[in-house]
Amino acid sequence: MNERLWELLTDSFWQILIPGLTMTIPLTVISFALAMVIAVVVALFQFANIQGLKQVARFYIWVIRGTPLLVQLFLVFYGLPDIGIVFDPFPAAVIVFSINEDAYCAETMRAALEAVPVGQIEAGRCVGMSCLQIMRRIVLPQAFRTAFPPLSNSLIAMVKDTSLASNITVTEMLMTTRQIISRTYETLPLYCVVGVIYLLFSTVLTKLQRVGEKRLSSYGAQKE
Amino acid sequence: MLEVRSIQKSFGGTPVLRDVSLTVAKGDVVAIVGPSGSGKTTLLRCLNFLETADGGEMTFDGETFRFGHVAKRDIARIRRKTAFVFQSYNLFRNKTALQNVTEGLIVARKVPRARAEETGMRMLEKVGMADRRDAYPSQLSGGQQQRVAIARALATDPEIIYFDEPTSALDPELTGEVLAVMRQLADEGMTMLVVTHEMSFARNVSNRVVFMENGVVVEAAPAREFFDHPREARTRAFLRTFGARADMGAD
Ligand SMILES: Nc1ncnc2c1ncn2[C@@H]1O[C@H](COP(=O)(O)OP(=O)(O)OP(=O)(O)O)[C@@H](O)[C@H]1O
Ligand SMILES: [Mg+2]
Repeated sequence: MNERLWELLTDSFWQILIPGLTMTIPLTVISFALAMVIAVVVALFQFANIQGLKQVARFYIWVIRGTPLLVQLFLVFYGLPDIGIVFDPFPAAVIVFSINEDAYCAETMRAALEAVPVGQIEAGRCVGMSCLQIMRRIVLPQAFRTAFPPLSNSLIAMVKDTSLASNITVTEMLMTTRQIISRTYETLPLYCVVGVIYLLFSTVLTKLQRVGEKRLSSYGAQKE
Repeated sequence: MLEVRSIQKSFGGTPVLRDVSLTVAKGDVVAIVGPSGSGKTTLLRCLNFLETADGGEMTFDGETFRFGHVAKRDIARIRRKTAFVFQSYNLFRNKTALQNVTEGLIVARKVPRARAEETGMRMLEKVGMADRRDAYPSQLSGGQQQRVAIARALATDPEIIYFDEPTSALDPELTGEVLAVMRQLADEGMTMLVVTHEMSFARNVSNRVVFMENGVVVEAAPAREFFDHPREARTRAFLRTFGARADMGAD
């Protein structure tokens, strides 16, 4: 390997990492946070068996999980302007990623809620707690404990999926990589660099997942 | 203190409780015995509104309620004066022993934390679990969990505690510690309605026994009389099979 290439690789590592920190991570964090909030609500609609809302939730999950993420991105960014709804690239990406992720997280949360034994709720009623109190203090904490590993997996998958946002002109890591390649023609090395950065991000998240799981399991619930 | 008249309950057209009546006076320990599927659990659950009975009425603390027509607010009010001990303990899995005991005080009754914890510790001491205050349910044996569950029931100072087979999920060597706690409560004058398969408990601790079969009360009598001079042929048959089963369990 010659010196020029080595210099290019280290330079581009930082050049690609910067949009990683300013675009990929914010896009992931904002979208995932929004997704989680809506997911809990959507899951609760189903868990509480509120007719009407439950059907809406099922329909929403059916549509979102049944269509490709890329199609959803194109639809919002390139399609909606046809009817006068125009988003900037970043907000468009946030909307699509949060709505998309939400459908998956809602399913995870629903399963986790259903895994809480009914006896936990009955015990709460018997000590005089209201439905809301039981949900907030007993059922949701236990459901989060169950849902934590699959939700972490979704989050890690999502970091990688944000590379799709380059298709709607969000200058995240992949877009930046392509720009550098178009200047330097070092295709293989540069795709390797961006791959390594994604791997770094995933590794950090996987480590965080471990730490989180350890802390949660020290609260004992559902172990053994 | 509690009087139930003609309670009825069906599940999908199958009657489970047909016209059950019973009375529990203050300080009574009433044992409900009977074969599996006779509706004992269902009865307790209806009394605490975990199930909605189809008919009948109940007088609790001088107030009469018609089953199926009890307002949510009344249900909440009655539940504050009662407690339930489940066969499968149902301790909150995300809470420590002490938090399990204080939850109903702090959250449902707005008792200040410090005072709730003081009460909680007193109750844990009473059931011999004070040293495990910070243990999570998954770190406790079945007998220990059930004792914490009894502490949780006691903490809210109920007027009556319903027990649904509190020892039948336990290994034989662990039932003793739970029964000892219940006996102590009985001695202190706690009002208890206890579904049980422990005939020795029914005979020695309870003062009245109600024998249920197929959703009806076959016989209700003072404990001594129930065991020594059962009036009904079905009661005698039940006690005999029970004796036989107990013998078989022994060897
Ligand atoms: N939620 C339910 N839905 C349908 N049937 C039920 C339900 N709960 C109880 N049953 C039926 O009601 C009958 C009485 O049940 P219950 O649990 O009250 O009996 P039990 O006397 O407590 O019996 P065991 O000694 O086995 O605990 C049983 O035949 C049972 O199958
Ligand atoms: Mg039962």
